[in-house]
Amino acid sequence: MSRILGPDDVRRALARIAHEIVERERIDGLVLVGIADRGDHLALRLSREIAKIEGADVPVGVLDITFYRDDIGLTAEAPEVHETRIPFDIAGRTVVLVDDVLFTGRTIRAAMDALTDLGRARRIRLAVLVDRGHRELPIRADFVGKNVPTQLGDDVRVMVSEIDGEDGAVVEERPAGPALREAHA
Amino acid sequence: MNEHLLSMHDVTADDVIRILDTAESFREVGTRVIKKVPALRGRTVVNLFYENSTRTRISFELAAKRLSADVINFSSGGSSVSKGESLKDTALTLQAMGADAIVIRHASSGSPFQLTKWVRGHVLNAGDGTHEHPTQALLDLYTMRERLGRLEGLRVAIVGDVLHSRVARSLSFGLVKMGADVTLVGPATLIPPDAPQWGVQVSHDVDGVLPKLDVCYLLRVQTERQRLEYFPSVREYARLFGLNRARVGLLPEGSLIMHPGPMNRGVEIDSDVADLPQSVIEDQVTNGIAVRMALLYLLLGGRHADAADEVAGG
Repeated sequence: MSRILGPDDVRRALARIAHEIVERERIDGLVLVGIADRGDHLALRLSREIAKIEGADVPVGVLDITFYRDDIGLTAEAPEVHETRIPFDIAGRTVVLVDDVLFTGRTIRAAMDALTDLGRARRIRLAVLVDRGHRELPIRADFVGKNVPTQLGDDVRVMVSEIDGEDGAVVEERPAGPALREAHA
Repeated sequence: MNEHLLSMHDVTADDVIRILDTAESFREVGTRVIKKVPALRGRTVVNLFYENSTRTRISFELAAKRLSADVINFSSGGSSVSKGESLKDTALTLQAMGADAIVIRHASSGSPFQLTKWVRGHVLNAGDGTHEHPTQALLDLYTMRERLGRLEGLRVAIVGDVLHSRVARSLSFGLVKMGADVTLVGPATLIPPDAPQWGVQVSHDVDGVLPKLDVCYLLRVQTERQRLEYFPSVREYARLFGLNRARVGLLPEGSLIMHPGPMNRGVEIDSDVADLPQSVIEDQVTNGIAVRMALLYLLLGGRHADAADEVAGG
């Protein structure tokens, strides 16, 4: 197991992403939607960083994409459900989706479908803390904390202090083989 | 979780918590403009109703539709049942048509269990005779937890015709499983003789029980299931056990009044009592959809026993 991000790296990466967001997007009409159950914490922190830079309050929501997954019925047990709480209308807004790890792109596909059911956003952007490659869908991130080359079989885990006690990211190397884990990230 | 939901004995306390937590997410879906998610696209749910039902059938139908499953409603009238087709042959027909889940209501206790012997899909008991009605119990548990914040230690009285009530059985088993304190209240003729073995208390004095309750759960007086006379008259029942304004005054502040419906206003519950703010009968109906969505999702959302190779999610 090797560490790819420490607590300071996470802080710096989020601060930089926050700067990039305010540079590229209009602040009014901007909302952040984190994907449960790590992305929502990252979205909250991005909102705080943006408040520091611009003095503006950017609304934050949390989105659970479970019901939109494309592997329901393929896993042994029904995937665990988290909370969705988006206390604002996304219609006409610029939504920055926030997730911890970008991998196959399937989670983001599901998130876009879920958002579409909630309203017609003006545009959807994507911010991730770690991009580990191996996309299976034509999806890319607009804001990336760190690009990390990985093997397909590796396990990449982002930790946030709110859940895991500390911030960081690790790669657990696993030989890709017939027993390949098909992650949904 | 078990492959079927036939009885509250099929679920553990952990399962109950998982079902209620999942239902909370579906409650949120129910508040959206688009109250539908694609989770069970391509699955077929059959509602097989051999007994009349309004809310349970509609609730299951809505739950399946909001999960994007295809729904077939089957009722015994207007089907081959009126030509004498047996439950087994009907089940095999539905099986051949590819039903992934069968929701069954039947007047015979145990028929959902029988059904599991004949079909490969998941079976959900929507009420079988005087046996069980587990989805009603789960939506009641959901409503109690939502309103009162917990289940453990709740003091609940189930008042009325317990003997004929599948709701009372399922709810008692569920509440006892979750650590609640249950008292069955009714005339001695309407309390099942084996009730002490359920882990509940029994009382025949409704006025003595009411001041010590968090939930007063009223049962419908089921005239259609009474072959014998269990009490002298409906008027006497209403006087001795019906929840009227005066009795509501005995309930502690913040306690709930619940009823599984359909209500006999003026018998087990006075009409104006049913419309009081502490009466959460409409919440029970709304929550029923979310709880049934959770059950369908949890049963059908996992890989079926004879499905293809494992693909782990993450």
